[in-house]
Amino acid sequence: MQSKSIAIIGATSAIAHGVAKLYATSNSRFALVARNAQNLEVVASDLRSRGASHVSTLLADLKDVTRHDEIVRYAMADLGRVDIVILAHGLLKDQTEIDHDAEATLDIFEVNATSMISLAHRFGCALEKQGSGSLVGLSSVAGERGRRAIYAYGAAKSAVTEFLSGMRGRYLPLGINVLTVKPGPVDTPMTAGRTLPLMASVDTVAKDIVKAIEQRKHVLYTPGIWRVIMAMMRAIPEALFQKMKI
Amino acid sequence: MDSSITSWGRYPKAVHVSSACPEWNSQLIDDLQRRDTILPYGLGRSYGDVCLNDGASLIRMHRYAHILLFDRTTGVLRAESGLSIAEMLSVTVPAGWFTPVTPGTKFVTLGGAVANDVHGKNHHKVGTFGRHVRAFELLRSDGTRHVCSLTQNSELFRATIGGMGLTGIITWVELQLTPIVSRMIEEQSIKARSLQEVVELTEAADTDWDYTVSWVDVMASGDSLGKGILLRGRFATTPDGTLQKPHPKPLLSIPVDGPQWLLSNPTIRVFNTVWYNKQIGREHQRMVDIEPFFYPLDAIGNWNRLYGKRGMLQYQCVVPMHDGVATMKSIIRELQRGSVASFLAVVKKFGNHESPGLMSFPQPGLTLTLDMPNSGRRLFNALDRCDEIVASVGGRVYAAKDARIRGDRFISMYQNYNDFVKFIDPRCSSSFWRRIHST
Repeated sequence: MQSKSIAIIGATSAIAHGVAKLYATSNSRFALVARNAQNLEVVASDLRSRGASHVSTLLADLKDVTRHDEIVRYAMADLGRVDIVILAHGLLKDQTEIDHDAEATLDIFEVNATSMISLAHRFGCALEKQGSGSLVGLSSVAGERGRRAIYAYGAAKSAVTEFLSGMRGRYLPLGINVLTVKPGPVDTPMTAGRTLPLMASVDTVAKDIVKAIEQRKHVLYTPGIWRVIMAMMRAIPEALFQKMKI
Repeated sequence: MDSSITSWGRYPKAVHVSSACPEWNSQLIDDLQRRDTILPYGLGRSYGDVCLNDGASLIRMHRYAHILLFDRTTGVLRAESGLSIAEMLSVTVPAGWFTPVTPGTKFVTLGGAVANDVHGKNHHKVGTFGRHVRAFELLRSDGTRHVCSLTQNSELFRATIGGMGLTGIITWVELQLTPIVSRMIEEQSIKARSLQEVVELTEAADTDWDYTVSWVDVMASGDSLGKGILLRGRFATTPDGTLQKPHPKPLLSIPVDGPQWLLSNPTIRVFNTVWYNKQIGREHQRMVDIEPFFYPLDAIGNWNRLYGKRGMLQYQCVVPMHDGVATMKSIIRELQRGSVASFLAVVKKFGNHESPGLMSFPQPGLTLTLDMPNSGRRLFNALDRCDEIVASVGGRVYAAKDARIRGDRFISMYQNYNDFVKFIDPRCSSSFWRRIHST
């Protein structure tokens, strides 16, 4: 694999780190953005140890959209040219925990949707100026149909998926690829303590993502079986869907 | 309540109240202080109950696995303790550095390697894993952190190496790696017709070969008791471009538990005979990759499931060199009297390099290791008699492989036991530790 220049937003997320590890071995260069200073420094050391030829870090609370311009400027200036932008930050809470909490519900939407869309939009413009690159957004299969168990998170991911789909249409003619990643449940700290069906490992998902980036795919379901499962789930009529209690 | 976590032998079982799975340093102290008693758990490759904490909690360390520093010119690596040797090698081998010591599987964490002070085929040259640890940090349940080395907090250093996870949580480990120029190992295998010959061949090989180990047939009797094959190896010394080659993937994985007859006395006997006779000439030579040389069983995922629901026991002891062959023969005869079925057992001569670890297992002498299907009372009685023989000659049994030794006997084998107990963290405990203090 060739060395790449990669900006990762939400760099301490397990999936983003999994992808970064794979690129680090081919001496890639990284600009990392995350909220927690200590954890971000650990991720930076890890990537350096694995062979990254350059790693710089910026601390930012990604919910704060007033800092998004600065984040984009920082990443573009630090790396010079950016081959890949990965938007990986996310927040998952138990739906039952927030069923009676409107603030928390909006919080989920702010982190997973508003902030993600704001950054996707701004990085899109920056890549347009550069005239090349890949934008990778981490969405989820949870965004394919509103389910009682996870609808706040699902609605936010749905917004991300549709936004990225539109962006892809706009940017494809300019030579910029937009990849929407839709993982099923992944065995990460975000899902710890939950028993979920067909749980995939971070390594499997990370490998799939790298392959999809390199092949300039548009939409990635990982593991692939989720493409089939979600197609079926979308096809169930609403009345029946409600009776199935899934 | 969780009964899904087992040791590699899958005996005994344990039910854990809770298990934390920290990813970041800041979570460790919460995980440690929020629970009654805990035990750090890596990848669960020790065999008996040294990695279990029945009725209490585990802190699962496998996600706490970042590399903090890797100096490609000096071969010094510092990593969080949940990093596996497998993942470490995927980074260090392409840069020309190998682990100084490796057990028979690469699926162990660095923390586990320290806590069990693991050894390998090169013990006669370089001693245990603990001898190559430059330093580590230990987090105690009172919230204090101690950087430990031979010169700094040396008492905690010595207690934690081989300390079975009882002295606190190892947060990071700094290792000195060994330089290599190739992934290939020059390997020779030599047939020996008896245990005496195995030992003679080993002693002759130990000067010039970095790695030596013998596989012996413990089900053979009479003159051929302990007949086997000596394997000796050393890394190729001329660069051949193999370092950058990617690791091969596991070939297959065992998805379900094997039926009880699968690995039983008759089938194992057949296997051993076939295995011994598949090498036709007396000597055989080849160049092999790191994987088949060091980690032949890692190619079969979950091979422990072949032993079925009742699980397996492993037994490893070391006896002094003086009268070593005779002692070992009496141990093997004891096992035969108990109709114990065992695949090829492993025999190795430990060298004189002393480990810093207070509770470290290896000592100079001959070591014997066997895997056995858990066949119940008869096996346990035979192993008790083996313990007796081992104890009578001043030998030891390895805690990381044990599921059944009598407590007083184990304690009598470890001369530093009284020094060690002073360093146990009040919040740390394990099934093993409680067992040897209740029998």
